[in-house]
Amino acid sequence: MQKLLETFLIGLSTGSIYALMSIALVLVWRSTRVVNFAQAGQAMLSTYIGFEIATRTEIFWLALIIAIAAGALVGAGVDYFFMRVLFKHAVSGPAAVVAPVIATLGLLGLVRSIVGLVWGGEFKSIKAPASTDGFTIGETTLPFSPLNLLIIVTVFIILIALAIIFQRTNLGLSLRASAYAPEIAQLAGIRTARTRTIGWAIAGGVGGVAGMLNTASNFLSPYSLDLLLVFGFIAAVIGGLESMVGSVVGALILGIALTFILNYVGTSLVFIGGFVVLIAVLLLKPDGIMARGKVRRA
Amino acid sequence: MSLNVSNLTVHHGAICALSQVSIAVPTGKLAAIIGANGAGKTTLLRTLSGLKTPTNGSIMWKGEKIAGIKPEALVRRGISHVSEGKSVIPELTVRENLELGAIWRRNAKESKESIDQVVSIFPRLGERLQQRADTLSGGERQMLAIGRAIMAKPQLLLLDEPSLGLAPLVVEQIFQTIRDLTTSMNLTVLLVEQNAMGALKIADLGIVLNLGKVVAMNHAQVLIDDPAVRAAYLGY
Repeated sequence: MQKLLETFLIGLSTGSIYALMSIALVLVWRSTRVVNFAQAGQAMLSTYIGFEIATRTEIFWLALIIAIAAGALVGAGVDYFFMRVLFKHAVSGPAAVVAPVIATLGLLGLVRSIVGLVWGGEFKSIKAPASTDGFTIGETTLPFSPLNLLIIVTVFIILIALAIIFQRTNLGLSLRASAYAPEIAQLAGIRTARTRTIGWAIAGGVGGVAGMLNTASNFLSPYSLDLLLVFGFIAAVIGGLESMVGSVVGALILGIALTFILNYVGTSLVFIGGFVVLIAVLLLKPDGIMARGKVRRA
Repeated sequence: MSLNVSNLTVHHGAICALSQVSIAVPTGKLAAIIGANGAGKTTLLRTLSGLKTPTNGSIMWKGEKIAGIKPEALVRRGISHVSEGKSVIPELTVRENLELGAIWRRNAKESKESIDQVVSIFPRLGERLQQRADTLSGGERQMLAIGRAIMAKPQLLLLDEPSLGLAPLVVEQIFQTIRDLTTSMNLTVLLVEQNAMGALKIADLGIVLNLGKVVAMNHAQVLIDDPAVRAAYLGY
C-alpha cells in the first residue's frame, strides 16, 4: 500500500515536469502548426544559463527566473528570426509543411553543438532547492522527497498562472483567437504575428522551467533533455495536441504510468512503456483523450 | 468619409480577379454588391479590408489612400470585415467572440458597453453569452459575427454573404437589422450577396460585378426595375 502511494506521488512529480514540456509543444503547435523539436535545445540552453546563475549565486529561485527569461527570449528569437522568414519564403506546397519542422531539428542540433562548445559534454548538476532525501515516517524513509513535493507545487503554480493568462486576460484571448482562426483574429485588429511571437516566448519560458526542474532532480548535459522532449511530445499527443488541459492530463497519466512500470516491472521497460502508451492512445482515441467529437466548423 | 475605389485590379497568382474596378459609396449608404459566383465580389471585400493586396489602382477612405495597409491597422481606421461563412471562432464563448471585436481598443469599460449594445440589437446572443459559439444556430452565428464587427465601432462595414445557408425568415431578420444599423449608426455598408433581390431591396445603391468588372452601378431601385439585371440576377 505504501509502495503504491509512493509510486503514485513520484509519478505525479515526474509527470508534472512532462506537463511543462508538453504545454510548451502544444502552445507552438497551436499557433504555428510546427512540432518544435528545437524546444529541447531551447530548454537546454536556458537551463545552462540557469546553471551558471545557480553555481555563482547558489540561489536556485533566481536561477529559475533567469532561465525563464532566457527561455522566453530564445523562444521569441526562434519565431522571429527563423519561423517568420521560413513562412515568408515557403508559402505553399510540401516545402511549407516540412521546412519549418526540419528547421527546428536543425536548430536542435545547432544549439547542442554550441552548448557543447561552451560548457563541454560532461554532466553538470544544479544544487536542488530542497532535500532529495525522502520524507521519513517513523522508521521508514520514503523515496518521495521534499524536492518532489516542491516540483509538484512549482508546476501547479505555473499552471494556475498560465490558466489565468489564457482565460482571463486580453493577451490570452488574443493568443487563443490567433491560434484558432488567424484571419478572424486579424480582422478583429489583433497583430497576429506579434501575438505568435509572444506565444513562442511563453512556450520558451515554460520549457526553461521544465529544464531547471528536471536538472535539479537529475543532471544536465547536451542530451539530458531529449527524453523529456519525447515524453512531453507523447503527453501532448495523448492530450490531442490542441488542448493545454489535455496535455497536462496526458503528462500526469504518462508520468504515473511510467513510474509504475519503473517500480513494479523494471527499468528497462520504461522507455518502451512510453511508446506503448502512445500507440494505445493513437489506436483507441487518435484525437486525444480530451476530444469531444468533431467541432462544428462553419 | 466616403469610400472611393478607382481602377482597382487584383490578381490571384496569374488569374485576374478584379479588373479596373471603380466604385464610390457615400457615407451612411448601404451598397449591395451582386453578381454570379466568381465575379470577384469576395475579392473586392478582401482587398478593401486589407486581406488582399491590389496589383493596381487606389482605395480612398476618409480622404486617405489605404490600399496595401494590413487589416489589423484598417480596423483602427474604422473598417470592419465580416468574412464569408459566419466568421466566428467556434472554440470561444459568445462573450469572448464579442470581446475580440473590441480587443484593440484596450478599454474594458467601453468593451462592456459595446457588449450591452450588441445584446440590445441581438437579444438572443445575450442569453447565450457563456456558451461556446459552436453551440449556436446558423442565424445566431451570423448575428455573432456582425456583433463582433459592431464591437469595433466601425464606420465602414463589409459584409460577405450574411444570408448564406440561413432559413428565409432568418435572412429577412438579418437584412432588416443590417438596414437598421446602417441608418442608426450612420454606417457605410458594402453588402455582398447571392440573394440579389433581398440585398437590393434594403440597399441604397447596387453594384453589379461580372467576371471581375463593374457592369452596372446605380440606385438599388433602378437596378431592380432594369429588365437586363432582372433577367440575369433576379431570376425573372
